[in-house]
Order: sequence, then C-alpha cells, then structure tokens
Amino acid sequence: MVVGTSVQRVDGVAKVTGKARYTDDFTMPGMRVAKYLRSTIAHGRVSSIDTSQAKALPGVDGVFTFEDVPKRIYATAGHPYSLDPHHMDITDRYLLTDHVRYMGDEIAIVVAVSDLIATKALSLIDVEYEPYQPLVEAKDALAKDAVEIHKGTGNVVKAHSFVAGGDLDAVRKECDQLLEGQYKTQIVQHCHLENHTAYAYMDDLERIVIVSSTQIPHIARRIVAEALEIDTGLIRVIKPTIGGGFGNKQDVILEPMVAFLTKKLDGIPVRLKLDREEGMVGTRVRHPFDVKVQIGLDQEGTVKLIHFDALSNTGAYASHGHSIVSAGAAKTHYMYPRAVYSCTAKTIYSNIPAAGAMRAYGSPQMTFAIECAMEEAARTLGMDSAEFRLRNGARAGDKSQITKKPIMTCGLLDSIKKGKDLIGWDKKRALWPKEQTGEVRNGLGVAIFSYGSGTYPVCVEPASARLILNQDGSAHLQVGATEIGQGSDTAFAQMAAESLGFSFSKIHVVSCQDTDVTPFDTGSYASRQTYVTGQAVMRTAEQLKAKILHHASIISGLEATLITISGDNIVISESPEIVVMSVQDVAIDAYYNKERGGQITAEATYKARNNPHVFGCTFVDLSVDIPLCRVKINEIYNIHDSGIIINPLMAEGQVHGGMAMGIGAALFEELMVDPDSGKIYNNNLLDYKVPTIMDIPDLGAAFVEPNEPTHPYGSKSLGEPPIISPAPAIRNAILDATGVAINELPMSPKTIFKYFKNAGLI
Amino acid sequence: MFDFNSYHKAKSVDEAIALLSQNPEAIPLAGGTDVLVRLHGHNKNYRHLVDIHDVAELKKVTMESDGTIVIGSGMTFTGLAHSPVVCENIPVLNEGGSSIGGPQVRNVATVGGNICNGAPSGDSASPLLVLNATVELKGPDGIRRLPLYDFYQGPGQVDRKAGEIMTCLRVAADDYRGWSAHYYKYAMRGAMDIATIGCGAACKVVDGKIAGLRLGFVVAGPTPLRCWRTEEKTIGMQADEELIDIVKNSVLGDLRPRDSWRAAKDFREQIIKTLAERVLREAIKRNIRNTEME
Ligand SMILES: Cc1cc2nc3c(=O)[nH]c(=O)nc-3n(C[C@H](O)[C@H](O)[C@H](O)COP(=O)(O)OP(=O)(O)OC[C@H]3O[C@@H](n4cnc5c(N)ncnc54)[C@H](O)[C@@H]3O)c2cc1C
Repeated sequence: MVVGTSVQRVDGVAKVTGKARYTDDFTMPGMRVAKYLRSTIAHGRVSSIDTSQAKALPGVDGVFTFEDVPKRIYATAGHPYSLDPHHMDITDRYLLTDHVRYMGDEIAIVVAVSDLIATKALSLIDVEYEPYQPLVEAKDALAKDAVEIHKGTGNVVKAHSFVAGGDLDAVRKECDQLLEGQYKTQIVQHCHLENHTAYAYMDDLERIVIVSSTQIPHIARRIVAEALEIDTGLIRVIKPTIGGGFGNKQDVILEPMVAFLTKKLDGIPVRLKLDREEGMVGTRVRHPFDVKVQIGLDQEGTVKLIHFDALSNTGAYASHGHSIVSAGAAKTHYMYPRAVYSCTAKTIYSNIPAAGAMRAYGSPQMTFAIECAMEEAARTLGMDSAEFRLRNGARAGDKSQITKKPIMTCGLLDSIKKGKDLIGWDKKRALWPKEQTGEVRNGLGVAIFSYGSGTYPVCVEPASARLILNQDGSAHLQVGATEIGQGSDTAFAQMAAESLGFSFSKIHVVSCQDTDVTPFDTGSYASRQTYVTGQAVMRTAEQLKAKILHHASIISGLEATLITISGDNIVISESPEIVVMSVQDVAIDAYYNKERGGQITAEATYKARNNPHVFGCTFVDLSVDIPLCRVKINEIYNIHDSGIIINPLMAEGQVHGGMAMGIGAALFEELMVDPDSGKIYNNNLLDYKVPTIMDIPDLGAAFVEPNEPTHPYGSKSLGEPPIISPAPAIRNAILDATGVAINELPMSPKTIFKYFKNAGLI
Repeated sequence: MFDFNSYHKAKSVDEAIALLSQNPEAIPLAGGTDVLVRLHGHNKNYRHLVDIHDVAELKKVTMESDGTIVIGSGMTFTGLAHSPVVCENIPVLNEGGSSIGGPQVRNVATVGGNICNGAPSGDSASPLLVLNATVELKGPDGIRRLPLYDFYQGPGQVDRKAGEIMTCLRVAADDYRGWSAHYYKYAMRGAMDIATIGCGAACKVVDGKIAGLRLGFVVAGPTPLRCWRTEEKTIGMQADEELIDIVKNSVLGDLRPRDSWRAAKDFREQIIKTLAERVLREAIKRNIRNTEME
C-alpha cells in the first residue's frame, strides 16, 4: 500500500537542500528589472504626469504610463472561464491607471538595467493628482453623494440574497427564541514566503513566454491573452517551484504586465518582482466582513434558522469580490444543514487594497460569525457548547438546503466527540471552578466548520494527467495541477503508484507546469487538487496499466486478463508471487523491439461533478491574563473529516500550518488602514504581526476517516479547511474564561483591552 | 541593492575615528541591523559608512580591579549571553538582550548599536539604565564619559559628537553588587518584535527595607526613561505589597507614553502599571532570595 502511508514528500529533499528552483532563481542574459510607480493618494485622478527625466536617466529602457497601455479592461480573478454570461468575472482593471483607487495603485512602470536605476527613475517621475475624498469604510462608500470608484456601480460589486430550506417568516414564528449578534473580521494578508514575481521574454516575433510564481498557470495564460488581446496559443506560462500562495497567486497580478513589457521592448527578458512592503498592499488581501447573525431556536435547543446579513469590503478592485460572500455562505451552510438558511449580502468597493482569494475563501469570516452566534445560543439555553453542536451539527444523510443533494459522508459528530476526548472537555468542565476570579483565568472553547472539495457546481472542475513509461520501468507523471507547497505532487505520485502497482519511488512527478506541454487543469485553489485531479491521475494510471499489460501479454503470450502489476513486476493475478517479467522488461521491449511496441503513454482528462463536503472542529484550552490583556493557548486540537487520508504525515503538516495561520488571524494579524487617508500603516513584517514559532503552541491534529464514495481512494479536501475554526474556538474560550464576548478580530491585546475595559474587568 | 556612496572598513578604534573625522557625513556601521534596514529604505543619511564590525578592541567584556564591568560596544547579544561576567553579575542585561529579534539578529546586533541607534524601544536600554551604566566615547578630542541616561537626547538622537565612537558601557560595582534586577518585554509577539512596553527594575533590599530601587522603561516616552520621582519615594520603605501599590500608582507620573496607531495611550498605561507591579515584585523576590543564599 502506498496510499495511506506517510511516504516522504517528492520535493522534500530538493527544498530543504536549496536545490529546488523558484522563479527568482532563473535569470537570463540581458534581463531587465521593472518597477511600478504607485500612487501616493488613495483616491483621485492623475492630472499630469511627466516621465521625461526618468526616461533620460542612463540605464532606463522604458517608462510606460496609463497612456501607453492597451485600452482594454480585464478581470484578474483566477477562475475558470465561464460559458454563462451572468457568471463572468468582473472586468475592472487596466494594466495601469490614471484613476487612482487605493494608495499604491499602479500608474506607471519603469524598466531599467538594475533595481537601483529603476528606483532612481521612479523618483524622477513628476505626478500631480486631483484628489477625491478617500472612501475607506462602507458608510463612506455607500454615502449618497459618494464618488463612484467604478462607474455605474454605486460602489456595490454585488448584492445578493437567498433563503434555503423554508420560509423565513414562517420559521421565525415557530422559534421560541431569536438571538442576534454582530461580528467583524479584519483585513489579513497571506504573507506567503515567496513574494509575487514573474518575468517574460519572447522567443520569436509573436510568442511570449512568462515564468511566474502562480497557482494557476493555465488560467493565467487565458487572462494574459484577454488583457493584451493576443491569441492564447501564443502565450506560454511556466510555473517553477512555488514558495506558497494561499490564494494570493490565484489571481493574475504580474503576468499581463511582464508580457506587455517584453512585447514593448522587442522581446528582451523583463522581471517584475514585488518586495514585501509592496506586495502587502499591491497584491490581494482577505475581505473584511461585518456580519449580523440571527439564530432561531426551539425550547429543546434545536437550531431552526440561521439568517445573516453580511457586508464584505473588496477594496479598490473586484478581484474575487463578487464570489467570496456567496462561496463562504454556501460552504458554511453544511455545518447546520437542518436549519433554514438565509442570507442577504453586499460586497462593496472602497479605496483600500483589493481583496481577493485567500485560504478558505469567505468561510473563515462566515464561520467566525456563525460560531460566535452559536456559542451565544448554547449559553443562553444553558447547554454545554459541545453538546449543543452535537445536537445540531450535520450528519450523513442530511440534505443540503441549497443543492437538495444528500451529504454522503460526514464525520462531524465523530470529530466533535474525538475533540472532547483529546482536550479532556468533560473532565475539565467538572474540575474547573464555575466562577473564576484572579488575574489569570482558564477557558475551554469549541467551534465547528464545513467546507467543499472544489467549486462544482458553481465552476467547471477539469483536471488532466499524463503518464509516460520510461526505459527503466519508472514513469513520469505530468499534471496541470500545481504543487504550491501543499504536497499535491506527492499525493498524486502515491495515487499513481497505487493504481499502477508500482513502488512509490518509480513515479517521477514533473512539478513544473508549462502550458505548452502540461495537460489542462485550472490549478490550485478551492482545496480541489487531491480530490479532483486525483481522479484524473487514477484514470490515467489505469490506462497506462492496461497498456503495459497489453504489451506484456504480447511478449509473454499470456492473456492480459490473467496478469497484473504488483511490486514493479508483471505477475499472475491469481498468484501474485509468480513473476512473469519486470515492468522494466516490458518497457525495454516496447521502446526497442524492432517489430512491435512503441512508447507507452497514457493521458486522461476528467471533470468532477461532485463536491463532497468536509467537516471538523477546533477544541482549545487557554488562559487569559486579564491585566496584560493576553491569551495563552495551553492546548489546541483540530479534528478533520477529510475522508480517507492519503498521506498521514503530510495531512498533519497541512493541519498544523492551517491552525497556525488561523491562530495568527485570531490573535495577531491585521492590516491597518488610516480611515482618513486610506494609508496602510503596517505593510511590513515588523508591524504586521504574523505569529512566530514562539507564539504558536503545540498543535494537535486528528482525523476521522469516512470513506468518500465519489473518490477512488475515499478522499476529500484538506488544503484550506484547517484555517477556518481556530478563531471562533479561541473566541469562545476567552468568553468561557472571562465572561467577555469579543466580537471582532483580531483578539489582540489591544482589542482585548478595549473589551475588558468596557466590561469593567480592568 | 543598496544605494551607498562610500564604505571603509576600520581595523582599530583610532582608524575609525580618523575615517569619521575625514568625512562628516560618514556614520559607523557595527552589526548593521539598524543601518541596513535604513539602506533598504534608501535613506539618504546612511550613504557613507565606516565599518567597525571587526574592530577587536570593541568586542570584549572585562572586569576591572574595582569590580567595574566594561562592556565593549561591539559585543553582540549572543556574545553577551555567553559572557560569564555578564551572566554572573548582571544577568538582567541578557534578559533584555535575549528578547531582541531572533537568533540571527542577535548573532550580529551589537549593544553599542542598540544604544547609539537612540531608539525609544532599545531592549538593552532599560537593563542598562537600571544598572546606572555609563557611556564611554572616544573621538578626535579624546575620551569622555557620561551617564547613559544623559546620552539619550530624543527619539533617534544621542549625544555622539562628530568623529566619536562609543567604545564601551561601564557598570560600577556599587551599581550591581547587592542588587537584583529583572527586565520584561511586552510585545505583540514572542520574538521578532519591538517592545510595546519594556520594563526593567533593580532593587536592593536591606533588612526588609528598600535601600535602592530603580525603574527603567522603554517605549514609555521619547527616550528610554527612569522613574526618578517614584524611585525616590520608595527609599527606606518596607518591601511589601504596599510598596508595590505605591509604585504601580506612581510610575505614570514619571513617564510619557504616546498614543499611536501601534498602541493607544490608555492601553500602554495599563501595561505600564501591570509591568511595574510584576517586574518589581520579581526583582524584590530575587533580591531576597539572593541575600538569603549569601
Ligand atoms: C529583524 C530585526 C529585529 C530587531 N529586533 C529588535 C528588538 O527586538 N529589540 C531591539 O531593541 N532592537 C531590535 N532590532 C534593532 C537592532 O537589531 C538593534 O538596535 C541592534 O542592537 C543594533 O545594533 P547593530 O550593531 O546592528 O547596529 P548598526 O545597525 O550597525 O548601527 C545602529 C546605529 O548605531 C550607530 N553605531 C553602532 N555602533 C556604534 C558605535 N560603537 N559607536 C557609535 N555609533 C555606533 C550606527 O552608526 C547606527 O546609527 C531589530 C532589528 C532587526 C533587523
């Protein structure tokens, strides 16, 4: 068995020894450096721009402004193309703009022989602005006389509402209690280790090659083609090793610009690489949400209704803004699927950095709101918080109110039970004093989550794979899906080895994607790859296996139905200890026998038409130091139902990473905006407090493993989910410890101070 | 890529002084952990550098015959953490030093740089203030000494005259023998962070009474500050909870915490009061324990 074992990552050694090559490790003779001129105001128009001095600086190859770029508006969201005209991404960007929409907006770009000369050239550009009032918060953007950030929008990207599972007013009447709460989440940033970087060059008069740190090479190719009005086939996108993305590279940010620049400069290689400070405002952030939640309950403590009213701020450009709230709402609905579920939501434009896709795509925000409100509900009823969730949480066989499809596998209740055991919930509840006094108080908290495995049926879910048998009996596996650190290449190799009867070391994954040669796949997002691409890999492996057996049967004269592959050998199916020949023998014959055979390859493409949901929870035990306004996590566990786990060690690592990121968003991180000017105060890693190793407690990960019938190995998603439930669990534990309900993120000492002061605790 | 115009590497203090005197724009470069951050931001005041990083005479800690501890300005915080003289006599300096950045930063960041940088947040400042440290500078006109407290002139401003190098920090025997101290850094993260508030306390308890008490805060004013008025009040008082209460309620009078987007004034005040109480209590505890052991 290879699937289900903790084989070593295929890229592990290369990464820890520094051998893996990232975009910035590649260079070309004559490569130039590009740098953006970013606006110094948050809202307004460029009234004049003078680049003559910059152009005259020796070493400068070109200076381009909004006047020089194609008058072509495009969308940057890294979604697959949609055939439905009502489901297209929002086109609201030009390569450069004179209409400044956030502080840092791109108005010009310099290309020079060195970084330093490019920086000097930027300082020689004279810009004058006609400033408008910065619209930072919803109340500003939605004010009657507010300037439209994008014409004809009224500063609303999208408004929507739906009710699923019943009549809202009717259920309201049936409820014995209606509880309301309002919860706010902050702007956070992905802070992937490798900043955004890309370069482009031309290798003939028409073709543009782009090397980029992207999660979505095939989508990037299409969007570059759209932005520059070039045929898709003339664009080639290469994705080398990636140093993380978390959704920020599920957006097409630098690729159209580098393609434009190399084209303008006769094909010379041009690199555009953002530094951290630039990237933290100039790429994407997580949408801050302001959510009002209403929960309807009956006397027994059954949740009858969940209604929320969400406001999401997408900032200067739509990016993924039109789909974040609805995705978050749809995916979190599976937590409590027997309740009527109703949502009204609005996503607005404002003059802050653009928000886009970030790990779990709207779900952390929605889950924070819902799981805080559920805690209030449990406490109002006097019910144990875990018991309340056991009573109301999803079970296998429940139907989704939205899709009307049954939930086939659901380990939610088992994961809650497991979490209770791991943290010693009942024991601590019995032992700990009911009323705590003193400066340091302890609390227990729980929160649950649900999520999807891909985007179906909202988007198409295509995946493709190719396998090539080598002379030595090993196989190269090529996928269009992208390894971005999550370990998908290793999972694919495991699944291919398992299906082929090869040992794991005989599968070589081509980790680099190149749209000229890699089969089509939309890339890494929505926790889709192991689930969706895994199925293409399995189908390809089955094809390759059949072809190998076919050739083995020609060589050996044995019927193909009598033989199979096991342990890298052709064996008799009924008596696998009888080895007919090795796979290598088959390969050599296929390649070099003058009379028969040929290269043995297989390729399959597959579209997923299922989207099984995953479930789980966080349990936390923490202490609150009241005078210091500080939280210390003593124990924390995430328990996941992701179906059958393909690689336990990697899965645990994935959960640890997500939990750490979740703790960061819960207690530390916030991108801070000056409400008057729209300036970002802390776009650097000193002032933006990503937690360090000293701040992250020991993390516990556990799994319950129902066998998902729609996947050949019983697997469901795990990429994003670990980030979702830590924040509300921590918030609920702080409430448990202190009696103070903190309804906004992050629950940093500064926020806690404000709440404790109001509550009279300090 | 850094935009600097001149760079010279000095092999001795005198050579450094000569190089600095030749070029009024030049500034010393020690570990570079502050200077390089400024160069990264293309700061124009850092274009001429005199590198004192490898000047051996600055990189040692010694004890003079009268017990004075002499800390070379070029000592890194990792070096201080391994110095027996520091560990045995003034461990509070390492409580501050080991809270700086992370291991990589501490391997190059020097105590001289931390002080000369003049940051209101320097984590070695508060321990050195409660040790009553003296700064020694050498320049074209010779050597001068002044109390560390007076060396600080404002945010980012220290009393370093043209051509001068800080050679060492000196702590007299009377300022540490019989004393115990503690430093606590309150920051938003457990590492790689600038203090929100840093509090150091040193005390000497004789027969249950305060014979000496010093409190030093960082980020509680434009420069690292001592709490002179509070300190004075406590002399001769019983080292008990009442004392702690008095200190807690009086320190704010000695300090000037600021309102900024990094932290609000009322929040900083809450932390100052809490730290004054907790850090002093720990210093007293240590002093009583140390005296008992002797
Ligand atoms: C990632 C990171 C984290 C950090 N964390 C902390 C922290 O937690 N706490 C903290 O306090 N600081 C922190 N710092 C700031 C910095 O590391 C310290 O201030 C350090 O002690 C400076 O020492 P240095 O040798 O690197 O100084 P340099 O950068 O070389 O010099 C700093 C200044 O002092 C002057 N100077 C240096 N030596 C002398 C001398 N002998 N005579 C005269 N002038 C001199 C220089 O001209 C310059 O103006 C951090 C820095 C970084 C990059």
